[in-house]
Amino acid sequence: MKVLVAVKRVIDYNVKIRVKADHSDVDLTNVKMAMNPFCEIAVEEAVRLKEKGVATEVVAVTVGPKAAQEQLRTALALGADRAIHVETDDKVESLAVAKLLKGVVDEEQPGLVILGKQAIDTDNNQTGQMLAALSGMPQGTFASEVKVEGDSLQVTREIDGGLQTVSLSLPAIVTTDLRLNEPRYAKLPDIMKAKKKPLETKTPADYGVDTGSRVTLLKVESPAERKGGIKVGSVDELVDKLKNEAKVL
Amino acid sequence: MNFSLTDDHRALQQAAADFAYAELQAHAARWDAESHFPIDVIQRAGEAGFLGIYIPEEFGGLGLSRLSASLIFEQLAQGCISTTAYLTIHNMASWMIAQWGEPAVHEAWLPKLIEGRALASYCLTEPGAGSDAANLRTRAVKDGDAYVINGSKMFISGAGATDVLVVMARTGDVDSGAKGISAFLVPADSAGITYGKNEEKMGWKSQPTRLVNFDDVRVPVEHRLGDEGDGFKLAMRGLDGGRVNIASCSLGAAQLALTLSRDYLQTRKQFGHELATFQALQFKLADMATELASARLMVRHAAWRLDQGDPEATAHCAMAKRLATDMGFQVCNEALQLHGGYGYIKEYPLERLVRDTRVHQILEGTNEIMRVIVARRLFAEGMIEAMQA
Repeated sequence: MKVLVAVKRVIDYNVKIRVKADHSDVDLTNVKMAMNPFCEIAVEEAVRLKEKGVATEVVAVTVGPKAAQEQLRTALALGADRAIHVETDDKVESLAVAKLLKGVVDEEQPGLVILGKQAIDTDNNQTGQMLAALSGMPQGTFASEVKVEGDSLQVTREIDGGLQTVSLSLPAIVTTDLRLNEPRYAKLPDIMKAKKKPLETKTPADYGVDTGSRVTLLKVESPAERKGGIKVGSVDELVDKLKNEAKVL
Repeated sequence: MNFSLTDDHRALQQAAADFAYAELQAHAARWDAESHFPIDVIQRAGEAGFLGIYIPEEFGGLGLSRLSASLIFEQLAQGCISTTAYLTIHNMASWMIAQWGEPAVHEAWLPKLIEGRALASYCLTEPGAGSDAANLRTRAVKDGDAYVINGSKMFISGAGATDVLVVMARTGDVDSGAKGISAFLVPADSAGITYGKNEEKMGWKSQPTRLVNFDDVRVPVEHRLGDEGDGFKLAMRGLDGGRVNIASCSLGAAQLALTLSRDYLQTRKQFGHELATFQALQFKLADMATELASARLMVRHAAWRLDQGDPEATAHCAMAKRLATDMGFQVCNEALQLHGGYGYIKEYPLERLVRDTRVHQILEGTNEIMRVIVARRLFAEGMIEAMQA
């Protein structure tokens, strides 16, 4: 079975996010970029499936600028067999990414597609679901356990208030939650070998997808700073503040 | 001239940073407090490729450049300076075995050393021969198809927990100087080897340091590295790289100190304002960053000279080691000062950074010996003029 894994280049999770002075967007100048952590979990799961003999080939795909090749090379170093880079400098939104991934799915015919549940830059949590809708494949989102049993896939999902296990017929789409696995780090020899693995470059035009934006970004602001609390002198003062300031009573 | 790192360099840096985050960073304070040598983590470092970084590929290493090694060690040191420093020593000693060992020695030891199933120590210093290493007294006397080694080695990193010793010993006459020294690979459990106590050190506590005694220790002739009389030269060749490695650990320490200081200045408030708004402290941070940047250029340049096989690489490595290790200690110490009382208590890492970087000014040749090496070259014909190239 072929497994397709989508990965995204995002700001490294360790970096403190800065907003541009004109509030037009997040400032990416000289900022360290890395693979989205949920995508790392997706790559890890695919590689584990290959190590178990369930998957025969792991293909990593990304949509993004030239520099996003770094994240594909990381995926290759972690164990993916080859990579597809759909290169665009546009700020692609979830729907355009899903359409592009649909194009890749049509070409590659994978038995399983694994994506992160969301990317930590814009936290949309849309691409996997949109790809499911576009491709007609069943989806198991927020996976904390994935088991392939013959032609079907058992996915344990993290939902409000507990866990839910769904059975999907293959081919299917899985989006990863935090507890699915603990990703390995790349080994130096594998990084060197990854340079020799095939990396194919495509453009959105190859899939007939318009990556133009449907959403206008008006303004980006840092979250308001939390103010320190105060000490009240008496119960009466507390009740007064709850009634008149916080207006919760 | 292009100063930018390549994609490969960045990928290696990232891999080292990931390893430091996953395996070193969270444990460094405990290893320091408990004087724990994390052999299991060092073995995982071997599995991840960090133990044979510049051993040539034909011998099973990664065959990376010294510049790449410097980038890697700088990242690892940000996780744990002391453990990374041991990794650099293991890399240096293993490289010497790869470079000058006989095929039988390669076969027996290199795969284990590269994969972390065996660890190495470098044994040059003696109780009576430190900076004056060419005057060492440990003897190796040929007896049939073996050498018999007698003497002792002092301040040996990893000793007692390692499997292989790279030992410099005198095969020539008592007064034969540097030309009478040969290098040997000695299995650490050979009959006649005894170890002193684990020295109680100021820093570098996550690796043991011991005296090693050799009492009629027999090693086969094929365990000699290089030719008889070449040992001092080989030891110095090893140290050229070792100095770049230790200097790189100082860069990592200073980088971490700078990062912590920036974060602290932006958080801590006194007199109603963040510390970052006080110009005296801004200037201090600016100086720390400037000194780190200059040392980093110097270290990478020296590593590059070594990669080019430049005949003056030794002097450049010595200059870089002197500058970067002095800088590393000073920047960590300034960072401690910026943190005030919090810098002095063990809940924060600053005091550990200061203790760990202090020894970098002493070992792999003291910084005074670095000046000796540099000064000696400066009086050579045309050397000062050639520094412009």
